Amino acid sequence: MAGGSSAAAAPAARRGGVLAATAVMTALLAVAPFLGVYPVFLMKALCFALFACAFNLLIGFGGLLSFGHAMFLGTAGYVCAHAAKEWGWPPEAAILAGTVAATLLGVVAGALAIRRQGIYFAMITLALAQMMFFFYLQAPFTHGEDGIQAVPRGRLFGVLDLSHTLVMYYVVLAIFVAAFLFIYRIVHSPFGQVLKAIRENEPRAISLGYDAERYKLLAFIISASLSGLAGAVKALVFQLASLTDVHWTMSGEVVLMTLLGGMGTIFGPVVGAFAIIGLENYLAGFGQWVTVITGAIFVVCVLAFRRGIVGELAAWWARRKG
Amino acid sequence: MDVLGIPTQALFGQLLIGLINGAFYAMMSLGLAVIFGLLNIINFTHGAQYMMGAFCAWFLLERAGIGYWWSLLLAPVIVGATGVVIERTMLSRLYQLDHLYGLLLTFGLALIIQGVFTNYYGSSGQPYRLPEEFAGAFNLGFMFLPKYRAWVIVASLLVCFGTWFVIERTKLGSYLRAATENPALVQAFGVNVPRMITLTYGAGVGLAALAGVMAAPIYSVNPQMGANLIIVVFAVVVIGGMGSILGAILTGFGLGVVEGLTKVFYPEASNTVIFVIMVLVLLVKPAGLFGKER
Repeated sequence: MAGGSSAAAAPAARRGGVLAATAVMTALLAVAPFLGVYPVFLMKALCFALFACAFNLLIGFGGLLSFGHAMFLGTAGYVCAHAAKEWGWPPEAAILAGTVAATLLGVVAGALAIRRQGIYFAMITLALAQMMFFFYLQAPFTHGEDGIQAVPRGRLFGVLDLSHTLVMYYVVLAIFVAAFLFIYRIVHSPFGQVLKAIRENEPRAISLGYDAERYKLLAFIISASLSGLAGAVKALVFQLASLTDVHWTMSGEVVLMTLLGGMGTIFGPVVGAFAIIGLENYLAGFGQWVTVITGAIFVVCVLAFRRGIVGELAAWWARRKG
Repeated sequence: MDVLGIPTQALFGQLLIGLINGAFYAMMSLGLAVIFGLLNIINFTHGAQYMMGAFCAWFLLERAGIGYWWSLLLAPVIVGATGVVIERTMLSRLYQLDHLYGLLLTFGLALIIQGVFTNYYGSSGQPYRLPEEFAGAFNLGFMFLPKYRAWVIVASLLVCFGTWFVIERTKLGSYLRAATENPALVQAFGVNVPRMITLTYGAGVGLAALAGVMAAPIYSVNPQMGANLIIVVFAVVVIGGMGSILGAILTGFGLGVVEGLTKVFYPEASNTVIFVIMVLVLLVKPAGLFGKER
């Protein structure tokens, strides 16, 4: 739904630019804790940035608006927290279990949702997520309103003690950068190109012999899986899995982050996630006004700012150069 | 007296609640379908506008001493007017774009409206006094039917069939259906389509507000009352498909009853049964029970 920038620009130069920008971003994030930025805030923002990047893979490159992505974040969080706390699994296995659970849910939800298009797709994903919310509200292992609390972080691979905040932070950063590069690789692979072709003109892509449904389903599953990874890591960071992560407001939040940062851009969701998490941090004392401001950002973005922060910057840069 | 081990009193009680909920599902999905038909936008604000209708009735009663009957008329007009403003100032800018932007915009508006009301009234509900005419209940022999609930079922059926009549059987409705099919051609015949679109949005919003007024004496009036309803109504719309007005009415009432019966026989699933039905319908008939793929 958001137009990508022209593909005519020399791809090799652009790839170099993106990799350089990624390196700068990683370096900045690596030194940020020493510049006085609170590591827990950074970890939260990174988890949401990963979540938003995964969501953006679907909307920005596949043109599919999911309004139920919280179900993947929350499911993975619950499974990871349960595995780490009740079964005593090490963190790497718990994260893997959460991600696998989200992937399986993605297979089922995706197969159902891609049966309808456009607006119906959004409504179906929202309804499925609400169903999962009620399931987790009643299922005994989630402890309802209390959530799964005091989840042990454990030792990663038996070596890295994650209860140290900084160790945890660098593990989260490593996971984020790896997933970010993975998404970048997917977008620029033949698979990503076909996905974009389907977004632009599905009947034409089908007439060229591409099985559109299979591509959309696979994109949905990858997106669900990476959202799950974000949810599982988030559960370990906060040592908590709660209903907040499966609520529909969470699905709305990830849409907002992506919209604000720039749909269909590589860095947009990261910028959007940091902006929104920063804003929420800053406005934490204002109660329900946060909801009002969130809504207002939605309205302003849709009416005047559809390319988002990164999209507008890229357009401005292109105008200046051209 | 028992049916399948369930006391009839409980069975009919839940059936009644189901019918009442179904009445609201039907009115809400009807409004969504009318708006979607002409604007191609899924109105996420619908739940917030339903809540606004209930609050409007509450305001009129508490602040101005205006009673239920006038509220039935005034609240939809007032809330509908805010809808007209929203359509003119914001939605009308989006018709050239992907439909998903309409969904995102109305989602943002819903957050703003809910946030503002929650700030002023908290999450707890305000009770709306039942009009005196409705005190008491009919004794049907096998159960007591509160007068107000009987009224809601009758009134919502009237509203639903009134809407159906206007759209399917009047000249105005024929313009509306024609504009849904081909707005450019209808405009060429001299019909002011943009104004029709504005008024249609206002009318759809008014329907939501009317449902809100009718809901006010049953449920407490609170800022969150629309938020959860709208998601269920989305599922209802997916199940019914938005192709037919009668389909939306039937699906709404039918699912309300199914939900009520689930509360009797398997209460754990009563929150999720409509979503499960949605999944089943998607598997068997993806376009919805009454829908056509568009």
